[in-house]
Amino acid sequence: MNPLPEVGAVLPQREYQPDNVQLMLYNAALWNGHRIHFDLPYATDVEGYPGLVLAGPMLGDWLHQVVDEWLGDAGVITSVSYSNRGATYVGDTLTASATITAYDAESGDLTLDVAICNAAGDVVAPGTLGARLFTAAG
Amino acid sequence: MTGLVSEELLANVGRQSTPRREIVTRRDIRKYAVATGSRQRKYLDGDVAPPMFHVPLFWDVVELDQLAPDGVSIDTLLPRFPLERAMAGGLDIEYLKPIVPGDWLTAVRTLTAIYEKSGRSGPLIFYEVLMEIRNDADELVIREKTTRILR
Repeated sequence: MNPLPEVGAVLPQREYQPDNVQLMLYNAALWNGHRIHFDLPYATDVEGYPGLVLAGPMLGDWLHQVVDEWLGDAGVITSVSYSNRGATYVGDTLTASATITAYDAESGDLTLDVAICNAAGDVVAPGTLGARLFTAAG
Repeated sequence: MTGLVSEELLANVGRQSTPRREIVTRRDIRKYAVATGSRQRKYLDGDVAPPMFHVPLFWDVVELDQLAPDGVSIDTLLPRFPLERAMAGGLDIEYLKPIVPGDWLTAVRTLTAIYEKSGRSGPLIFYEVLMEIRNDADELVIREKTTRILR
């Protein structure tokens, strides 16, 4: 694993630039008809947003991906706790990051701080994620 | 506190949805993995479900006349709140068992809390919904607590 599981280790970040096709496919996969995600005149004129709003749980998924890509087949995600702190929009560049805050080599249990930041550096979705590395003991 | 959360409103705490049973398919896993920008073959091929796959699996499927004008499906588990503008809230999820194609999963949702806090621009109402997802062996697969904020 790169980096090795150690407290303080910063995992490789991942950048996302979701477009309206990805946002449409995401909401279609959910069967989510909320207009703020696909109806630009509605989102801007009626709801007063500056653009099409990214779906909150899609950012939640990205908090998992940054850890899951590092884990590969060496472990699994066991829990997550996160919140959506601010709206994000099609056209935004978002970065998912994760830092290991606790690691028990015996059990393989890991705790990580995870976050999605926008281009201005604001944390738009902070969270904590739990994972477990498969240990030799199984 | 402005007393927005009345005794009558609180009487809804404990209300439970009827169980929903759904089957996991490779196609649905693949669609979700593609839409979220996954780069892992096991998800893109639909061999196993990525974390949060239960979100699309149990998103409510309602008929067109049950959608509000903004396109949101009306959640029949919830009472009518004195504040109506929903802000995205938070999720707490425990993943207890892997999910693979062919699994039948059953979700039960329970309204577990309603409370008020004061926000920067006025009062806010918070509510919490617990969703427990079990397999056909009655093993808990996922426990999820959703917290939503109304302003």
